[in-house]
Amino acid sequence: MTAGYNTVSLGTGRSEFNPRKPRPGIEHYMAEAGKAVLAQIGGASNVDECVVGNFMAARFNRQGHLQGFFPYIDAGLQYKPGLSVEGACASGGLALITGMRSILAETADIVLTIGVEVQNTVKAIYGADILAGAGWYQKRKKGHAYFFPGQFSDRAGAYFEKFGRERTRRAFARWYRNAIENARLCPTAQEYENKTEDLEALALTEPNGKYFVDHLNVYDCSKVSDGASAIVIMSEEGLQKAGIALHDAVEIVGWAQSERDITQDPPNLTELSNIKQAVDRALRMAGIGIHEVGTVETHDCFTIAGILGIEAIGLAKPGEGPDFVLAGETSRKGSVPFNTTGGLIGWGHPTGATGVHMAVTLWEQLTGKAGAAQIKLNPQKPYGMSINMGGDDVTAVVIIYKRAH
Amino acid sequence: MISGEKLRNVAVLGAAGKMGSGITMLTALEMAAQSLLPENVGQSYILYAIDVNNENLAGLLRYIENQASKYAEKNTVYLRKVYEDRADLVENEEIIREYVKHTLSIIRPVNRIENAAEVNLVFEAASENPDLKIDLFRQIEKVNPSKPWYLTNTSSIPISRLEKEAGLAGRIIGFHFYNPPAVQKLIEIIPTHSTSEDLRQFALDLARTLKKVIVFSNDKAGFIGNGHFMRDILFATGKVAQLAEEGLSETQAIYILNKVSHELLVRPMGIFQLVDYVGIDVCQYIMQVMAPYYPEERLHSSLLDRMLDAGVKGGQYPDGSQKDGFFKYEKGKIVGVYDLSTKTYIDVNLLDAHAREWGKPWPEGVLQWKVAVKMGNPYEALAQYFSGLKGMVSKSAKLAMEYGKASAEIAIKLVNTGVALSEEDVNTVLRTGFYHVYGPVNSFFE
Repeated sequence: MTAGYNTVSLGTGRSEFNPRKPRPGIEHYMAEAGKAVLAQIGGASNVDECVVGNFMAARFNRQGHLQGFFPYIDAGLQYKPGLSVEGACASGGLALITGMRSILAETADIVLTIGVEVQNTVKAIYGADILAGAGWYQKRKKGHAYFFPGQFSDRAGAYFEKFGRERTRRAFARWYRNAIENARLCPTAQEYENKTEDLEALALTEPNGKYFVDHLNVYDCSKVSDGASAIVIMSEEGLQKAGIALHDAVEIVGWAQSERDITQDPPNLTELSNIKQAVDRALRMAGIGIHEVGTVETHDCFTIAGILGIEAIGLAKPGEGPDFVLAGETSRKGSVPFNTTGGLIGWGHPTGATGVHMAVTLWEQLTGKAGAAQIKLNPQKPYGMSINMGGDDVTAVVIIYKRAH
Repeated sequence: MISGEKLRNVAVLGAAGKMGSGITMLTALEMAAQSLLPENVGQSYILYAIDVNNENLAGLLRYIENQASKYAEKNTVYLRKVYEDRADLVENEEIIREYVKHTLSIIRPVNRIENAAEVNLVFEAASENPDLKIDLFRQIEKVNPSKPWYLTNTSSIPISRLEKEAGLAGRIIGFHFYNPPAVQKLIEIIPTHSTSEDLRQFALDLARTLKKVIVFSNDKAGFIGNGHFMRDILFATGKVAQLAEEGLSETQAIYILNKVSHELLVRPMGIFQLVDYVGIDVCQYIMQVMAPYYPEERLHSSLLDRMLDAGVKGGQYPDGSQKDGFFKYEKGKIVGVYDLSTKTYIDVNLLDAHAREWGKPWPEGVLQWKVAVKMGNPYEALAQYFSGLKGMVSKSAKLAMEYGKASAEIAIKLVNTGVALSEEDVNTVLRTGFYHVYGPVNSFFE
């Protein structure tokens, strides 16, 4: 993978965001991200195929059929193959996997991959209806007004009961602080301009189930975002064709993609079982151990998902994820920096774009292009891992990256 | 908890006016809330929104639809529980729409007062005209045999006068909202000597249910809010005359008084901008209503008369934007000041430069209202700021100190003459009803 690009994650927190004023449409985001990567790879003529990942443009934007926008991005993409894939918040991850399959099948050497979502077209209370489509429709009636915050609030409540509330909430607050501090280093992040001094105190605001959910507050939640991310997946021949040096690319050394039955409740509320087995498979494919992974982009749609992600990966035992966070291990100076540009809570969560955004961040970090957000990678741990989740641990996409040479 | 019975059949008089539309909206939402309680299922709830202006009634329904949507969007967690047995309502959007439809179904927008024949409760928000109000009450009494309770929104007319002349013994109470009723937290409750204990309790419970700040006022014309506001205006108009005698033009003086009362006194707006906001005609009318009850004071302003004679009234357009009055407004900002001698507006920049010159040295580093209002407790900052002002030798600082002192004297007089029950009550009214960041009774201007 190479030539990544992220638009700004637009929404509350960005000073240019004004809910009362008209904003760019979904095609604008696709065009901005698409044009930016095409410029890095010698133009559209080098592209063999295109894939776009998106969750719910059909409802947020009254727009389906997104692959039809590829020729709009650049006339050079006219009549080329294009695909649109959907897997809720893992749509971006699925777009990556789809592109990788084309490369492996040798039907393409260069695949333009975009993830996009424009969610601020409706108020959050109506957005919750739309996002609830990532769960089983038959459970919507009994679900919470804020459906997914409700699902993960239940997970947080179960975790509190099993492993203790106070320490876990402190870890949530630390997770939030790390996310914002990382976002402040990334100009496209939604929380880039966040100026709050005592982030942890803010994040410890008591949840209020009367207006929101019982066990999480708004700081425990990812952002409502408009944005797109794009990256190009290439074979070695593709890299040569595009004139891109190996060291400016990352190699995909392992991946896994899996589904859990959407009609079933999670077998264990305090575990992300689907992610857990997908991580195991991806590591096995890469032939590495988790302790060789130097940085992780995990799907922290909620702080509890961040903690459960750490445990699913195997960096902490069940119940010990909070200690791992509180010890500073996931911070940018810790043993395994997580979500180095802010993750879903700090950078933003344009749902269908998130999986691609994770790949762009890891590409930047592993090739030294992360600017102010650049971390120093331990040479003993040269791998990056992205974990992209759709719904309540229903779709999992795990990818392991390493700088090419 | 308020007694449900009284809220089942209600009328609002002047429902589509500035105050009436807010009162109708709050009442409709409260009636909807009552009707959705499990124990009230099957009961009918009817709210007659009575107004002579059909266009405004249509606007009222749009306003209530909007506000009901906003309420439902904030309270969807609760509403999903309310509608949990309705299998047809699945998404938040469906639930919110159902709630809005239900709320609107309670309201009957009508023109004729005879529709109040069966109501138990009447909110009165007609024009501030005692004869009109009394006439409306009498008309209802003629057709309604069930002895309804009356909650009047008058801001100045003694309730006992309405009570006596309309023959409502014990069944009326002052229930004075501030503008706009949906936003302003204050309610002045004004019982008469004969207001029944049940009605008094009902008014108190209702105000609490609406989550309002409650201040009881005695039944003296103008009550606390206008009792202070009208005299505050008269202090300013008196000062305008005085400055004019000292050689300033009247327009310059008006601008200076407004600037000093706004900026230097750390108020949300200057005194003449507030008069524009309320309406110059309304202010004049309130003074007329109050004047006979205070024969020893001269509650009258010739400046307001002359503005109205020139056809300049202020007040607001139906969409809430400000009409021109003492000032000309563009997007809510003052851009000109009315000059009575030429009947034109003078560019505010010229007057501002003059005011600074007149009042020099104009105090620097003034504590801004919008800054103070965000402080949890701005007392320290205010004390420091006013003490600095006190030490200054400038006409502007001196005028501000005089103004603050006069405001305090008005407040203390309201207590001494038995209008307000305490100094704290006056402070509460000014802070919540007028958005001041400090009450008039304080130690800043001593």
